[in-house]
Amino acid sequence: MKTLKTEYLIIGNSASGAACIEGIRKIDKTGSITVISDENTFNYSRPLISYFLAGKVKKEEMPFRDKKFYSKNNVKLILGNMAKKLDTKKRIVCLSHGEKNIFNKLLIAIGGSPIIPEIKGSWLDGVFAFTTFGDVVAIKDYIKNHTVKRAIVIGGGLIGLKAVEALIELGIKVSIVELADRILSTTFDTKASEIIQDALRKTGCNIFSNNTVVEILGKDNNKKVKSVTLKTRKQVPADLVITAIGVSPNIQLVKNTSISINKGILVDETMQTNVKDIYAAGDVCEKNIPIWPNAFKQGRIAGENMAGGNAVYTGGIAMNSVELCGIPTISIGKTSLEQDKYKILEMHKKEELIYKKIVLENNHIVGCIFVGNIERAGIYTGLIINRVDISNVKDTLLEEDFGILALPEKYRKHLVGDVGLEV
Amino acid sequence: MKRIRIDEKYCMGCRLCEVHCIVQHSKTKNILKTYMGECSKPAPRIFVEEKGYVTFALQCRHCEDAPCLDACMTGAMYRDKETGAVLCSEDKCVGCWMCIMVCPFGVISRSSDKKIASKCDLCMGEDMPVCVKNCPNEALKYEDSKD
Repeated sequence: MKTLKTEYLIIGNSASGAACIEGIRKIDKTGSITVISDENTFNYSRPLISYFLAGKVKKEEMPFRDKKFYSKNNVKLILGNMAKKLDTKKRIVCLSHGEKNIFNKLLIAIGGSPIIPEIKGSWLDGVFAFTTFGDVVAIKDYIKNHTVKRAIVIGGGLIGLKAVEALIELGIKVSIVELADRILSTTFDTKASEIIQDALRKTGCNIFSNNTVVEILGKDNNKKVKSVTLKTRKQVPADLVITAIGVSPNIQLVKNTSISINKGILVDETMQTNVKDIYAAGDVCEKNIPIWPNAFKQGRIAGENMAGGNAVYTGGIAMNSVELCGIPTISIGKTSLEQDKYKILEMHKKEELIYKKIVLENNHIVGCIFVGNIERAGIYTGLIINRVDISNVKDTLLEEDFGILALPEKYRKHLVGDVGLEV
Repeated sequence: MKRIRIDEKYCMGCRLCEVHCIVQHSKTKNILKTYMGECSKPAPRIFVEEKGYVTFALQCRHCEDAPCLDACMTGAMYRDKETGAVLCSEDKCVGCWMCIMVCPFGVISRSSDKKIASKCDLCMGEDMPVCVKNCPNEALKYEDSKD
């Protein structure tokens, strides 16, 4: 069997993997880099799969780095090949095709896998996950070759709702089944969830909250999905079922190695695991908030450190930006809190579908929600991340023209007075 | 690399920078046609803030460690190799608004048709950004950055 040697080995070719290449090349222009991906597609942006399903983005528009990216950075790309075994002592990764790769530094950025609910009938044709490009290609094929008029989406989180939106765009009637009492319960508060729920219902979408699917029923010799049974015993007809109840870190590769894991891989602030020279980044990590910006930043920091730099990941906060039914929304940090220690500032213009909420803890902002109007939302993100004391501007935080000018002079001068500085 | 420097004590809040920014990014680049004829006047890429005696015009700082570059999921946001400016490829942007969420200056906005992100491009192709060129009191300057 072939044995290859490489200075830097990266397993995974999504946000963290690509960012790692950029991080390494910032410092080391020549060291050999090899990237392994089990997917057969050239790099693509995972969050774009819903746009691809809706037909808003073409296949060739899916990459977030262009074709020259790998050659320009002198990277050897091995696609459609899975990392099967990792020997942390000998520093060898064995691939599914039998090839062996010896590395000096390793990044594990293999992300997470969708959690498939244990429901009777989840193996039927027409039941899909919604995580990879492959998933969406399969969904598209299924829609093309079968009559799909009604669909069920299990899970009313962000990924589920992006699937819902794409299906609506394709003219399919969608029902959402959500375990919590409302959709988007982890990122939104009740009012924000209701605005989106109302907009979805207006498009003809059904929402079954406080509910789950207990069985998926089939037709044509019990091969293809025909309906689902809800916890409440209600039968809902469906030609297609998408499950989007969450993702768990892919830790099979590191199980039974000396790398410390819990639910995900444990890393320090340099993104290194407990084994020297082996790093991990993105959704495969423990306690990571699985969003694109965090995965990208972690990958870049890991790359810099693998090449001898000393970058530090200071942690990410929960942040999501998503447009649903034409309504832009952003949620940052802690958004749904009832305790007395938090003070809530709110502005709600019902008719215009505009809602703003700011959560304060003492003199600091700890969370925000923006629905309908997201202009300048990042200023609040900056105030949260930099823990800026806002006691003097508390009353103006919700004003239309709130901007950098309202901020404490020291912070403002720091931002405005200089050129291209980092905050 | 040249950057726009803001000198807030000279800013009078006349908003000429805003007008010229809108015209520069319009289809016709003609002030009369932009303000009177064009169906969707571009969103300004400069933000004039004003309160009492303090006023200044703020646009993208083209940060060294730009959060919008990390957050962009389509690769639309990129750094221009020659000028170091942070630019947005309009054909790659899908309007997910991650950049709006992470920009601490709040200087990225939705385009006038609300489909893509709109931000300062330092008026690429011009020898000087139009906001600087048309500032009557030198509150905006185009200078070499320190590094």
